[in-house]
Amino acid sequence: MGKTAITCTICPIGCTMEVSEDKSSTSGYLVRGNSCKRGEGYGITEVTNPTRILTSTVKLKNTNLKRLPVRTDKPIPKKLIFACMKEINSIEIDAPVKLGAILIENIFSTGANVISSRTV
Amino acid sequence: MHEYDIAVIGGGPAGLAAAIEAKKNGADEVLIIDRDIELGGILQQCVHNGFGLHIFQEELTGPEYAERFINELKDLGIDYKLDTMVLGITEDRIVSTVSSSDGLVSIKAKAIVMSMGCRERSRGAINIPGSRPSGIFTAGTAQRFVNKEGYMVGRKVVILGSGDIGMIMARRLILEGAQVQVVAEVLPYPGGLIRNIVQCLDDYDIPLLLSHTIVDIKGKDRIEGVTIAEVDEKRKPVKGTEQYYECDTLLLSVGLIPENELSKGFGVKIDPVTGGPVVNESMETTVEGVFACGNVVHVHDLVDNVTEESRKAGRNAARFIKDKTSVYGHVINTKPGKGIRYIVPQIIRENNVEHSIDLYMRVDRIFKNEKLVVRIGETVIKKINKAYMRPGEMEHINITAEDLKAGDHSLLTVDVE
Repeated sequence: MGKTAITCTICPIGCTMEVSEDKSSTSGYLVRGNSCKRGEGYGITEVTNPTRILTSTVKLKNTNLKRLPVRTDKPIPKKLIFACMKEINSIEIDAPVKLGAILIENIFSTGANVISSRTV
Repeated sequence: MHEYDIAVIGGGPAGLAAAIEAKKNGADEVLIIDRDIELGGILQQCVHNGFGLHIFQEELTGPEYAERFINELKDLGIDYKLDTMVLGITEDRIVSTVSSSDGLVSIKAKAIVMSMGCRERSRGAINIPGSRPSGIFTAGTAQRFVNKEGYMVGRKVVILGSGDIGMIMARRLILEGAQVQVVAEVLPYPGGLIRNIVQCLDDYDIPLLLSHTIVDIKGKDRIEGVTIAEVDEKRKPVKGTEQYYECDTLLLSVGLIPENELSKGFGVKIDPVTGGPVVNESMETTVEGVFACGNVVHVHDLVDNVTEESRKAGRNAARFIKDKTSVYGHVINTKPGKGIRYIVPQIIRENNVEHSIDLYMRVDRIFKNEKLVVRIGETVIKKINKAYMRPGEMEHINITAEDLKAGDHSLLTVDVE
C-alpha cells in the first residue's frame, strides 16, 4: 500500500492527512498532517475499514407519501453501499409503518438492519 | 375571531421547538400554523443523517429528528393547523389565515413567533446566461421530488454551488443510479460543511471545481449541457478556460434567503446582511410581542442551533405574555467589526440577560490562527483564540451578564484580529 490522502471529518478544521503503512508503529500505520490524536484514529479507520450509515428511501403504498425514508441502524462497510442500495430499492412497504421498524434484516450479512426513519 | 396565547407561524424545527418551550413555560393556548400537510418542515425530506449531535448526542436523520419534537408537541396537547397559509400579520398581533377546509380565519394572539424558515436562491437570483430549458432545479426542490414524491430528476447531473443541500443531493442521486459529473463553486472555498465534502463528494469521486462557474446553458426543451469556466478574484470568467459538460439536469445550490414577506408586511425591521428580522436578546423583533427564530432570522448550518435559538424565542414569548420582560434599563447594540459579516442578536437589553447571552456570527472569509475580540466601547471583554474559521461554519461566543456591565458604553463589537 502507498500513501492515501484523507480529509479528516472529526472537527471543522478538516486536516488534510496522509496515511501510509508503517511496520514499526503499534497500529501498523503512520498518519501525517493531523493536528490532534483523534485525527490519527480516524485516518487509520478510513484506510483499514471505512464505514458509513446508509440512508435512502423505499417505495411506500397505501398513503399520500410516495417514499418512506430508511437507514441502516449501524454503519456498513463503504464498499457494500451500492450492493445494499440494490436490495433497498427492491422492496415495497405498506403504510402504516412505525419509526424504527425493521424492513430488511441483516442486509448483505453486514449485521445491520434497514429500519424506517419515520412513522407513517 | 379565535384567540390564542401564542401563534407560531411555521411548523418546521424552529416552530416546533418554540411552541414546545412556550407551553412548558406557562403559555396555555399555543397554536402552530403551517402551509404543508404535515409538521416537520424541510426535515421531512432530509433523509440523510447528521442531525441532533448536540441536542441528543446522536446522529439522526431529518424525519427522526422531527418526529421526536412532533411527539412531544402532541403529548403536550399543543394545537396545530395544517394546509393553512398565513396571508398577513398586523402590528396588534392578528394573524389572517386561509385554508380550503376553513376558508378565511383570523386569529388574535398575545404573542407571535415567526418561524417561516428560508427558501432557495434560484437561477433568476444569480443570472446564469443561456437558454431556458427544463431540467434546472434548486437542490431542495430536487430533494423533495426524489425523497418524498418518488420522482428521479435526471440521469446525468451537474451541480452549481457547494452548499450542503447540493452536496447531499450529489450523493443521493448517485445512490439512485445517476451520474454526477461535477460540482462547480464560484468562491475559492467550499460553501458547505467539510463532513459533506468528504462523505458526499470524495466518497464517490465527484470532482469539486473551486473558483468556477457556469457561463452558458445549452438546450431547447430539456437542458443538454453547460459550459463551465474558471473565474478570477473578481469572480469574472477567465477566457480560454471554458469546458463543456453534457447533462440532462442542473441542480443549483447557491444559497438560501430568509423568507420574510410576512415580516415586511407589518413593519418588522430587517437586517440587510442576514435578510432576517433585527432581534433582541429575547429573539423579539422590532415589533413588540412578535418573536422570530431559526432560518427566518439568519441561515443556520446545523438544525441543533435552530432548536436552541427557537427554545429561547418560545421561552421569551411565554415570559412576554406574563409581563415578565423588562423594556427598561441599559441597551447595547451589537456591531460586526473587521472580518465579521453579521451578529445575531443585534440588540441586547441588559436587564433581560439573566446569566449569559450567546452571540452568533459568521466570518467573511477563511481565517487561520486568529482571535475573536469582543469589545464594549473601547474595553476588551473577551478574547477567543481560533485555529480555524470559515464562512460556512457559524461562530458563537458566550458573554456573561457580568461582562456586559464592563463598560457603560452602548456598542458591542466583535473583530477578527
